[in-house]
Amino acid sequence: MTETATKPAAHTLAIRRVRRADIADVIALDERITGLAKPDYWHDVFTRYGERRLGERFFLVAESSDPRDDEGILGFIVGEVRAWEFGSAPCGWVFALSVRPGARLRGIGQMLLEAISAEFRKANVTKMRTMVARDNRLHLLFFRGEGMMAGPYIQLEKELD
Amino acid sequence: MKLQVASRLAIFALLELAARRDQQVSVSEISEKYGVSTHHLAKVMHALGRAGLVHSVRGAGGGCQFNGNARRVTLLHVIELFEKSEAEDSGKDALGHGTNEGRALREVLGEIDGIVEATLGSITIATMLKLVDRHRNGGRRSAVAIQR
Repeated sequence: MTETATKPAAHTLAIRRVRRADIADVIALDERITGLAKPDYWHDVFTRYGERRLGERFFLVAESSDPRDDEGILGFIVGEVRAWEFGSAPCGWVFALSVRPGARLRGIGQMLLEAISAEFRKANVTKMRTMVARDNRLHLLFFRGEGMMAGPYIQLEKELD
Repeated sequence: MKLQVASRLAIFALLELAARRDQQVSVSEISEKYGVSTHHLAKVMHALGRAGLVHSVRGAGGGCQFNGNARRVTLLHVIELFEKSEAEDSGKDALGHGTNEGRALREVLGEIDGIVEATLGSITIATMLKLVDRHRNGGRRSAVAIQR
């Protein structure tokens, strides 16, 4: 059996910068997916990525004008240009990406990633990175499908007893 | 990392078939491209057929077709059909089992195994075809690689 990704008509989906009024949707979507409510975290992310240093910080949302979609945002992506951390030349980092479960398989994640990639290119970076938990099969499959491969870093950790 | 010949052949065969979903591809055509015997490839195809990944049509004009979902079948799925699992090599009979040295080595090797499994388990046949396309285009990204 094959799955068919049904792309929305171009005029029904828009990617734009986040607005303060979107944060309630972001919090709700994140809680739905992760099971954790983090209102303070997302308000802080909005302050830092939605209102400051907008030439290198990007908090984008996807919304639909299709009446068949429920109101509110369908997904979001957050990233920024980071320079010289871990010895890395400036590159774009994506650290959050979520799409409403009922709105998946429509190319929304791909559109969000392409939109932030375009912002990174405008900021003169030529590489994009992210980090994914090994057991997060959904995100691994998605980013791999978008052409991302393992980078030159290994993430290490240690318990602080 | 080395794969057994059968695993490599299975991956190549699935890539050939998935790239031409609407066609029946002959075993002889694939075996000629990869320089293997049709007998060897037929055994691999038989295993893929048992796993539901390939559908074979006998007779004149027949051949094989990809029977899976290219966006869901991963390299790990394919490799596990042909390779012995690491767990089978690290059980109670493994050298050093039951010692602290054995436990330390198992922890390190387990780290590598985890990375391998996550990598192979996250690359689908569809993603591989995009990679093939990128190499075909000399490393440049193609605009459209897969017909969904």
